[in-house]
Amino acid sequence: MDKIIEKQSLIGKRVTKLDAPDKAVARTRYINDMVLPRMLFGKILRTDRVHAHIVSIDASAAEALPGVAAVITAKDTPGGKIGVLRDNPPLKTDTVRCIRDEIAAVAADSEEICDEAIRLIKVEYDDLPTVFDCTEALAAGAPIIHEDCPDNIAMEQNFEHGDMAAGEAASDYIVEGEYNVHYVAHCNMGVSCTLADYDTDGRVTIYTQTQYPFNVKMDIAPSLGVHPGDVRIIQPPVGGAFGSKLDVYPYEPICVFLAKKTRRPVKLIYSREEEFIASPTRQPVEFKIRAGMKKDGTLTFRDCDSLLNNGGYTSWGATTPYVTMRTMTSHYTVPNVKYRARAVYTNNPFAGSFRGYGNVQATWALETHMDKMAETIGMDPVAFRLKNANPPNEITPQGSNLGCIDLTGCIKQAAERSDFLNKWHENNKGWDSSERFRRGIGIATSLHNAGGAKIHKSDGCGTMLKMDDYARVTIITGGSEIGQGLDTVLAQLVSEELGVPMRDVTIINNDSALRPWDVGVHASRTTYIAGNSAIRVARKAREQILKAAASHTNMTHEMLDLRQGYVVQAESGLALMPLDKILRQMHFAGEDAELVMATDYYEPPSEPEDKDHMGDMSAAYSHAAHVAEIVVDTKLGAITVEKIWSAQDVGRVINPVGLEGQIEGGIAMGLGYALSEELKIVEGKVLNPSFRDYHVMTAPEMPEFDLTFIETGDAEGPAGAKGIAELPTIVIAPAIGNALYNATGVRIDHPPLTPEKVARAIAEKNGRL
Amino acid sequence: MSLTQKIIFTLNGKPVQADAQVTASALELLRGAFELGGTKLACGEGECGACTIIVDGRSRNSCLLPAVDLDGREVLTVEGLWSEDGIDPVQQAFIDEGAIQCGFCTPGMIMQTKYLLSKNPRMTPEEIERGLEGNVCRCTGYKKIISAVAAASAVAAE
Repeated sequence: MDKIIEKQSLIGKRVTKLDAPDKAVARTRYINDMVLPRMLFGKILRTDRVHAHIVSIDASAAEALPGVAAVITAKDTPGGKIGVLRDNPPLKTDTVRCIRDEIAAVAADSEEICDEAIRLIKVEYDDLPTVFDCTEALAAGAPIIHEDCPDNIAMEQNFEHGDMAAGEAASDYIVEGEYNVHYVAHCNMGVSCTLADYDTDGRVTIYTQTQYPFNVKMDIAPSLGVHPGDVRIIQPPVGGAFGSKLDVYPYEPICVFLAKKTRRPVKLIYSREEEFIASPTRQPVEFKIRAGMKKDGTLTFRDCDSLLNNGGYTSWGATTPYVTMRTMTSHYTVPNVKYRARAVYTNNPFAGSFRGYGNVQATWALETHMDKMAETIGMDPVAFRLKNANPPNEITPQGSNLGCIDLTGCIKQAAERSDFLNKWHENNKGWDSSERFRRGIGIATSLHNAGGAKIHKSDGCGTMLKMDDYARVTIITGGSEIGQGLDTVLAQLVSEELGVPMRDVTIINNDSALRPWDVGVHASRTTYIAGNSAIRVARKAREQILKAAASHTNMTHEMLDLRQGYVVQAESGLALMPLDKILRQMHFAGEDAELVMATDYYEPPSEPEDKDHMGDMSAAYSHAAHVAEIVVDTKLGAITVEKIWSAQDVGRVINPVGLEGQIEGGIAMGLGYALSEELKIVEGKVLNPSFRDYHVMTAPEMPEFDLTFIETGDAEGPAGAKGIAELPTIVIAPAIGNALYNATGVRIDHPPLTPEKVARAIAEKNGRL
Repeated sequence: MSLTQKIIFTLNGKPVQADAQVTASALELLRGAFELGGTKLACGEGECGACTIIVDGRSRNSCLLPAVDLDGREVLTVEGLWSEDGIDPVQQAFIDEGAIQCGFCTPGMIMQTKYLLSKNPRMTPEEIERGLEGNVCRCTGYKKIISAVAAASAVAAE
């Protein structure tokens, strides 16, 4: 009997994550769980000063401790410095510049012996003058943090477009504001960990949590004094990353040097306290915004000047202005824009990259400012945003074509579904009421890259595919899995092309010696870039198979399709032969034998920014709008977030389970930024390095969610999808701040909106303080 | 110099013995001598719940529990939930509901859920949220974890 197989699509279906079963039963072995034969443990001695000369280091007692295999100091790490500006020696030579500075390291048989050895190392310091504030660090006569940088300006970015003077002249109103955003920590559940292993020929294998494997090879090699080709990067499963693992940090080369010195594998793992003190933070920023508009709300100009506390060294935090700039110049249509950012060295800890990059900071400042502007001319926040919403295909001041965006749709959906305007007007009336609990509603939106970000010459990803005699597919991808669900998306996309079950697709993505190049997990790029490459490689394999199959029929390969493990006639769905059978026929065909193997390298149609910050750096852009409804306890200052409406342009939904997970988790992280999370750094020291004193959101604090996916169908994106992972974290915080104002008439420009701050601000407004 | 004490206890249904260092936590013993890596070290201070195990029917942060205190007790870790008969309904619910991203908090969440269901198989959403308050997840925003516990609760209540 003839078998007819209809075309069934997996795109948009709820699909279980491929890695979930192993994680549920604890078969997954994380890097933190790894043990290698003859492995030693490594530990770092950090300074207790924030700015000092190192006078002497005496490690003799540590070296004599039984069980200690090696103690190293800067003299054992002769390679180059690391970091974006190569200003950070893995072990410090003569000066310490911030509290996390690495002085010496120990390798020993156990973590306990390491701890004991660390305690035995004696360091003498000569303290130097300190500076912690950006403005003070810029002043004449301020302590110089790096001798080769006498003005303490580590990095500076400037951009101007249009005619600022004309923009000002055309303005009926000008609104000014200052917004200081704070230090927060990634709080990956799996603390920082690395293992290093040397071979007899000077090649090193590094097991790492990196999100950036091929750049790590390049960035770490000079600090080790080895060729990048001799560095092999293996990425075991990790307990979260969220952008924290883009740069190389000193513990990684230190671990390699310990392995080199001992000729044994060394594992270096942080304690949670060390994780809080010694990991890169989100970049803190001081913003000044000046922006103008006409009476009808049309934006006329926007000027943003910002100072970034760069701490003692330059990591990726100093580069966040590249993303902040896009928001400040291009979010909403503004004809005249100016942006300046300076990253200033101080004796504080330094910042890295963190989900949302500089856009979490930018959106807090800009969307708070937009609400103030709307109020100035008596427009409601929805109408004001709609008035200035970027249209599709707008060319931004920096030369990006925004393409198939739908900011208007995002705003309207979020506002309509939440009944925003009715609630907003109602709440506004009650600021002077004596009710203790006040209700508020707020809206915010943002713009983000959604098709990668060409921050290097290439933003591409390579993929290799092979199929075996049983129609099992192996995909070796450059894209990295850090728990976000890449493997699942790739299996879904490949399964769709090849008509095989998802469980028959194996994804290999953790070894730089096997996988082709990719530029890492960042910029919400992985589904888009690695996804496109996976589709393309699968299509090559598909064509190879269908051509072979066609030779057994009187049809061309275009008339055939692959469905549910069969080669079928595309039009009728008639099953012609099982897929594994044709694969075996191809394989065992004597002189004509062929295996199904294919490769692809996908380079998105984007361009790097030029020196003037012009360039269409992403293959796609998208927006999200969040509405938050809160209840404020005006006496105690506690904010309860009751419900969040999110409307996000996702291009197209590939797997609702993964998409919802990213949005819900992203919002939770943004809620922490808005409400509770702050790494308290006073005079360069971290005061709250524990989950007891640093509060991340917990289950009872989560609000109800209403998620709307707007499907604009990106022509270039995989199945029409856009990158989605960062916008949820970016947008929510200012929606909460704007809701607080709606509830109480109190504005807090500097997050987090802790009960103490809120209660104080309300008391001040009511003349009680 | 490390003092040890011989302890005998039931681990995932089987009698075991160990020379436990008196300074070691139950977490260190389970992850070390017994190679039960599913019990996760994430804070070591009893603040995140990633190391949750069940001891004599109660959920405990194994990082705060001295290893020698396991003597004579019945201990269940996440590894004890998967057998030839299949995986536990709580594990299945976490998989089905999309409650797992990086998965580092998952074993602790699953063990806490097992404990909560053993006390009350018909939890309200508020009871679920409160029951999970001591378990931190940085990836999911908890919604799908709460759904998973509710789904497992529905199975347990049958």
